[in-house]
Amino acid sequence: MRKILFISRKSPYGTSAPREALDAILAASAYDQDLSLLFMDDGVFQLIKNQRSKKIEQKSMEASLQALELYGIDNIYCQEESLVSRGLENTDLIFDKIKLLNNQAINDLMANQDQLISF
Amino acid sequence: MTLWRIKINSSVFNMAILHTVNKSPFSDSTMNCCLAICSDKDHVILIENGVLGAINTSPLASRIKNMVMSGTHFYALENDVIARGIESKLLDQIKLINYQDFVRLSVECNQIQSWY
Repeated sequence: MRKILFISRKSPYGTSAPREALDAILAASAYDQDLSLLFMDDGVFQLIKNQRSKKIEQKSMEASLQALELYGIDNIYCQEESLVSRGLENTDLIFDKIKLLNNQAINDLMANQDQLISF
Repeated sequence: MTLWRIKINSSVFNMAILHTVNKSPFSDSTMNCCLAICSDKDHVILIENGVLGAINTSPLASRIKNMVMSGTHFYALENDVIARGIESKLLDQIKLINYQDFVRLSVECNQIQSWY
């Protein structure tokens, strides 16, 4: 079983990168690998509650991310410093059990993977 | 301009992450994000407009110098440097590498993280 970390670094709606990251990890979940997902930099904006993307005629990232749980993807991480520098708190986020990591912990997480996939 | 050739030494690459950055730090925070995560064991290759971060007036110049002193390796892709005419302005701490060196580093490092 390979350890694969998906890294999502872009804010939602501006580009297709966040949706591609989610599509990729959901697809990968069919292959019974050890998957993790890390939100960092502007990617943390994907995690904000109460997104109403119908206003811009786009599918809600917030709603789409709920699929992770259904697909059994539990290792979801968020870069703590990106939250802090953007004035966001735990209570702003859609996942209660998301694990906040400092930069050193993120380096360790990356170094211990078989594969990194960046979006 | 001196070309730098990588000597194969497996201990240097043990648990090392290879980071690539392709954005200029003058107009984009991508390189900043990379350096925040980068450890003293890691290798950083500046490619495309990322090589602009290798000049001695780069906003991250002092940070790069400090990180090199702690052990992090910094490289710039020579074709991208020459294409932009900045080879005389580079920080001394940055090693110029060619495409073969890039491939060799990619193979030697355990992981590759693309910052773009």
